[in-house]
Amino acid sequence: MKKKRFSRWIEFLIEALIRTLGFSTIGFVLLIFLFLLREGVPLFFEVPLGNLFSTRWYPTFDLFGTLPLILGSLLVTVTAIAIALPLGVATAVFVREAAPSWAREVLKPMIEVLAGIPSVVLGFFGMTLVAPFVRETLGVPTGLTAFTGALLLAYMALPTIISVAEDALDAVPKSYRDAGLAMGATQWQTIWRVVVPAARSGIVTAVMLGLGRAIGETMAVMMVTGNAARMPVTLDSIFRPARTMTATVAAEMGEVAQGSVHYHALFGIGIILFLLTFAINLAAAATIFKKRRRGGLR
Amino acid sequence: MINLPSLFSRSAPDRPGVWRAGPRRNLWLFCQLTISLVLLVAGCACQPSSSPDGDSNAAQTIENKGSDTLVNLALRWAEVYMEEHPDVRLSVTGGGSGTGIAAMINGTVDIANASRAMKQEEIEAAEANGITPVEFTVARDAIVVVVYEWNPVAQLTLQQISDIYTGKITNWSEVGGEDRPIVLLSRESNSGTHVYFLENVIRLGDKESDLLFSPDTLLMPSSEGISAEVRQNPNAIGYDGLGYVTPDQKMIAVAADADSDYVLPSIDTVNAGTYPISRPLYMYTAGEPTGQVKAYMDWILDEGQASVAELGFVPLK
Repeated sequence: MKKKRFSRWIEFLIEALIRTLGFSTIGFVLLIFLFLLREGVPLFFEVPLGNLFSTRWYPTFDLFGTLPLILGSLLVTVTAIAIALPLGVATAVFVREAAPSWAREVLKPMIEVLAGIPSVVLGFFGMTLVAPFVRETLGVPTGLTAFTGALLLAYMALPTIISVAEDALDAVPKSYRDAGLAMGATQWQTIWRVVVPAARSGIVTAVMLGLGRAIGETMAVMMVTGNAARMPVTLDSIFRPARTMTATVAAEMGEVAQGSVHYHALFGIGIILFLLTFAINLAAAATIFKKRRRGGLR
Repeated sequence: MINLPSLFSRSAPDRPGVWRAGPRRNLWLFCQLTISLVLLVAGCACQPSSSPDGDSNAAQTIENKGSDTLVNLALRWAEVYMEEHPDVRLSVTGGGSGTGIAAMINGTVDIANASRAMKQEEIEAAEANGITPVEFTVARDAIVVVVYEWNPVAQLTLQQISDIYTGKITNWSEVGGEDRPIVLLSRESNSGTHVYFLENVIRLGDKESDLLFSPDTLLMPSSEGISAEVRQNPNAIGYDGLGYVTPDQKMIAVAADADSDYVLPSIDTVNAGTYPISRPLYMYTAGEPTGQVKAYMDWILDEGQASVAELGFVPLK
């Protein structure tokens, strides 16, 4: 009897502790967001909007045009996803549907190991090997381009996309495949016309998560994109240098005077980045909930 | 690995019996919230208290403040000097040449670091305060323009370099090289070298000028970034402090204008004043230095010069 009461007390204590820690986590996230707002919002009062959305970023001379940075980030990220999406989905389909089971046993952990490579290592690899390769094979003036950055980002987003897409394919009931095959469809037709469409929302989520990973990546991007804050408006922009928002914050944070307009500008970029990532995650969450309502499929 | 359902799932509804609804539960919730808030606030409030002023019973502290260009060199000197003379304390801060000189005029620092000479009005302000500033040239800073090792271009005028970096000249053939596009490399805009290059090369020292680096300029986070690209890209042009240039990059001989001689940067040409992109770095003391300050200044001008080249600057001898 006594022992039972004691263990209930312990249980109660542990629950209380976990709850407290849970609330603290939410509190920390809120505080970070408030801090971001406090440091970044003054920018929108200190710098006229015309300057803020102009095409020249040169903070030393009070030019705070964020457009080249936003477009630079978008260019690199979208290109990365355009590369990673077909590769990732194809790999997931192969691993889940086509590979023999021994190959699957080997491939899955290997893909997960890919996710563990530190981005600075990839950046160094990109700077010394990928950039010269891009310059020589494509004949562009410099190998430090948005495309080089996109290649590395695609490589980084791939493990996420493959794993999540593979989980989504895994969730498609076996009866769907059986029904397809029983109707006389080949294996390829079953995969392409039945299984992949059934897992569509999971694949969309995979892409969204990969996108979130790519847009927030800093170190590797800073090392290989050349960081030139030019407007990527011409067709060849993808093979020219670009400057992303994350690289700008990372490169300029160290030397900026606290409380200056430039300091607020970097936090302002942080807010823009936060909003973008938030929108992406929200879109991913929305597709998941939609999937739930429809009973796990479509 | 990423587990999808757990990423976005809403929390499961409470199992009955685990938490009884009612005032007691709310009280506990409230307590837990309060505790977490207190933890948070405590975490925020515990900022490190500012370090106390130097021990009053220790030996004299030499205050040293000013140029951000010089601050790393000044720190290195202070470290080495304090190791050799444990009885001396040195405190080095940056903030810019103007800040350092103003502090010296106000008598709050013993030595001001400056990457430019004192202006006439600063000297007058100092004299009005009863201080005669004494100037010491402690090192020189030379900026070298570098290109790919086998680039046939060997010499440029300052005007040509300016035109290249503002985007007026975009092909090596316009300055006597091969038909190749020019890839511009620069340090990040917060580096002292970037600002010096902008003011004295791109703007050619003209204070009225509002020329800027071309938006196509690649801003590299480090000296290593520049040298890595210059080493392997035949299109590249970059610049850096003389001490940072490695032998596998080609240094460009620079002429101040079309009528002057082209001069290759070296410790000799910089000290002779013939290489055009260089500047002396100064330290100023309030009046002729005495005691510890004099000993320190003498040490900088003599043994301290050994540290100069390690940080990319040009020693005086």
